[in-house]
Amino acid sequence: MADLSINFAGIKSPNPFWIASGPPSNTAYQCHRAFEAGWGGVVWKTIGDPIVNVASRYSALNLGGQRMVGFNNIELISDRSPETNFREIKECKDRWPNHAVIASLMVDTRERWHEFVKRSADCGADGIELNFGCPHGMCERGMGSAVGQNPDVAETIVGWVMEAAEIPVIVKLTPNITNVVYAARAAKRAGADAISLINTINSITNVNLDTLTPEPYVRGLSSHGGYCGPAVKPIALNMVQSCAADPEVNLPISGIGGISNWRDAAEFIALGSLSLQVCTAVMHYGFRIVEDMNEGLSDYLDAKGYKSVAEFSGAAVKSLSDWKYLDLHYKRVARINYDKCIGCNLCYIACEDGAHQCIDLVDSAPYGLGPGRVPGKPVPKVREEDCVGCNLCSLVCPVDDCITMVEIETGREKMSWDHYQTRMAKGEMQPIPAHP
Amino acid sequence: MPIQPILDAETAARNMAEKEPRYTAQEALIEANRCLFCFDAPCIMACPTGIDIPSFIKKIANKNPVASARTILTANVLGASCARVCPTEVLCEGACVVLDLEGDPVKIGRLQRYATDYVFEHHIDVLHAPKQKNGKNVAVLGAGPAGLGCAAELAQLGYEVTVFDKKKAGGGLNTYGIAYYKMRPEISLDEVKMIERLGVKFRYGVEIGKDITAAQLEKDFDAIFLGLGLGGANRLGIPGEGLPEVVDALDFIEWIHTRPLHEVPVGRRVAVLGCGNTAIDAVTQSKRLGAEVASIIYRRGEDDMPAYGFEYELAKNDGATFHFHTIPTEILAENGHVKALRLAKTEIRDGKMHVVPGSEWVEEFDLVLKAVGQEKQTGVLTKLFPGLKLDAKGRVEHNAETMETSVAKIFVGGDCANGGREVVNAVAEGKKAARGINSFLTKEKVSGPVQPSRHGVKGTPVGSGYNKPIRVPELLAAMAQ
Repeated sequence: MADLSINFAGIKSPNPFWIASGPPSNTAYQCHRAFEAGWGGVVWKTIGDPIVNVASRYSALNLGGQRMVGFNNIELISDRSPETNFREIKECKDRWPNHAVIASLMVDTRERWHEFVKRSADCGADGIELNFGCPHGMCERGMGSAVGQNPDVAETIVGWVMEAAEIPVIVKLTPNITNVVYAARAAKRAGADAISLINTINSITNVNLDTLTPEPYVRGLSSHGGYCGPAVKPIALNMVQSCAADPEVNLPISGIGGISNWRDAAEFIALGSLSLQVCTAVMHYGFRIVEDMNEGLSDYLDAKGYKSVAEFSGAAVKSLSDWKYLDLHYKRVARINYDKCIGCNLCYIACEDGAHQCIDLVDSAPYGLGPGRVPGKPVPKVREEDCVGCNLCSLVCPVDDCITMVEIETGREKMSWDHYQTRMAKGEMQPIPAHP
Repeated sequence: MPIQPILDAETAARNMAEKEPRYTAQEALIEANRCLFCFDAPCIMACPTGIDIPSFIKKIANKNPVASARTILTANVLGASCARVCPTEVLCEGACVVLDLEGDPVKIGRLQRYATDYVFEHHIDVLHAPKQKNGKNVAVLGAGPAGLGCAAELAQLGYEVTVFDKKKAGGGLNTYGIAYYKMRPEISLDEVKMIERLGVKFRYGVEIGKDITAAQLEKDFDAIFLGLGLGGANRLGIPGEGLPEVVDALDFIEWIHTRPLHEVPVGRRVAVLGCGNTAIDAVTQSKRLGAEVASIIYRRGEDDMPAYGFEYELAKNDGATFHFHTIPTEILAENGHVKALRLAKTEIRDGKMHVVPGSEWVEEFDLVLKAVGQEKQTGVLTKLFPGLKLDAKGRVEHNAETMETSVAKIFVGGDCANGGREVVNAVAEGKKAARGINSFLTKEKVSGPVQPSRHGVKGTPVGSGYNKPIRVPELLAAMAQ
């Protein structure tokens, strides 16, 4: 059995699954329930000077009958007093000494940061997460993403925190920035122990077409919210990998952004995360989802021969490179399995209208009747010599393994854009003719 | 004993309740989202009226049932009744690729009902006729599905249309002859009202040849559409056929549609002769109205029955019994009322059907419903229009593209042209005839295929719905493979 426990910048956790700072980590009661369900850690709902919230607070993007593909909130940090929060953190640590409890903090002045950092350590928290990412409300008051969007400011504040910190400090980064790596480097320069990302993305999920007011609705108005949930995973993965691959950052990463199951988790780990934070999926289904996460990740690590999460962490980071190093001579084409084709012809119309016009509709006679074929219905046929190997048809095909992308041996040696430019400069080759 | 109603109102209503309730908005949304939005979809090809099914389903998924109904009714003006009575299992849903992907097709019929019910219930008209008429008028004989399909299309093309029917209300079999648990007559009557709102005039209780002569019609109208359907049930040719409890199955079904359910007389032991889809409708409704025994008597075997497999299953589930390879040889009476049937076994020898000698037996029945096929209207048709050519099967000969008959300015569609098919075939032929009439009167080419191809400009004709529509037998054959 693989070891799921982690040591994240000195924060020990029985497994890599943490509740992200948010509504599910608001109280000791929830923290107890999370640990009972099997979560390894909890990042407390951000503690600061108490705020006042509005009703309503959340909205969602539903897609094709699937609810909460994306999720949006305008809720602020904890509306409970710092005293209550620190007391409850202590209560949780006393009861769950081997689990990770991390205090998420957001205050303004150097003095207040020093004070809250110390109070976090005093109540027994295993670490501190600095909320530099909240994109609504708090940023209007010079906190949250207002800090995270400016690497110089972030660096200064992390510096203040480090002056007082005795426990590990994680800086939570906002994705609402042109290049997240600069913010990560700033955290590193200021001495942070780790980073976590991504926080939520500025969003408006939808407009009510009757009232013309977006949700969440607050007496005739709405406000820009923070977007999260399964739909943001690709954005989060991109940013996690970018930080993991950057030699200047070189910090442990806690991955956040749409993680809903063990597969998502494994992808975040493969791209450089060590711990994982989950919020929306818990808000959707409750703490119980962690059981499958632990089991699935453990089975996966066993199946692949990894002994620990740490050993697996970052395994796919190097499989990404700049575009200029990709092989221009690699060829791959779409091939249709006519025994599986049900005749929806989505591949045809996708290629015809949306891509490169390499599929014809032809008489089905030579290809036999697939499972869904009705007499007289034409079947799609790929013109392999024209196929650019873009994947689109295989992506739209509703049948698993019906259209596969097949590697074609061209006999040509590998040549990247970089090589191509170099060789042309040396006069070793002519320009590749433009596509007709 | 004369037959009587059996059940009280409440029980009858419960037994005859709709087979499938209407989808709620959420159910419709979930089902609509199962559709793959195929390109040049097989379901369209399998629909005789060529409804753009993926488009109407997409519109339900996008929460626009009005636009969805517009797509449906533009292609098929009787989309609401077809949603209920079409044998979708062998048409659109039989061709649905999701059937092959998941073993369960998108419920196209129920989605179509959801969208069409929406506009009827909210009194939204999605079809419109031009205010300025083109000055030409057409007589439509028969207010059944073919006549309505023709009339609605002509009205939308700017014609003055008058529909004649000998019954008191329009809709034809949709109003009088569909199993009650599949569709209420009100749905059909709502469709007729919608067509009235397109400016079509209806004259009920009019028998052509009696109340108005064919010559008068030919004089008054620029074109005539024949949508007369079929006549009464074929004769059995056995003793006792004239007894009062020997009834056309379609007449029995009409009783159900024209009387309160608890006032419909039904036998305690009902024999239904024949095993087509009308026979199934008759046997199941007899059972649901309280018959203790309801039996199909069919001279051939289980594999030969014309009824669809899913109809057969329905009847078995309703507790109907089946006597295969059996024919009635005599209807026995007591005091002038049906008492029993003398039955005999049949066998096929040398490719011919024979009664097995000595196999006769008597079984008690008090109601005999005839569902052995309907007579062609050959006599009526040739008397009205002597120049009308009929084929060997009694169908009116016509040009397949324009539905034009052998007589100038007379067009045809529906059962009297095709010999008896589905409602949806009748609507399609009525619509096709309307376009034939339009091209005949305006000398313009038929305004477009009944069923549009979604191939686009580069497409070849291969497989396009209009050029090569898929029909029930082909689908069944493909499904059997």
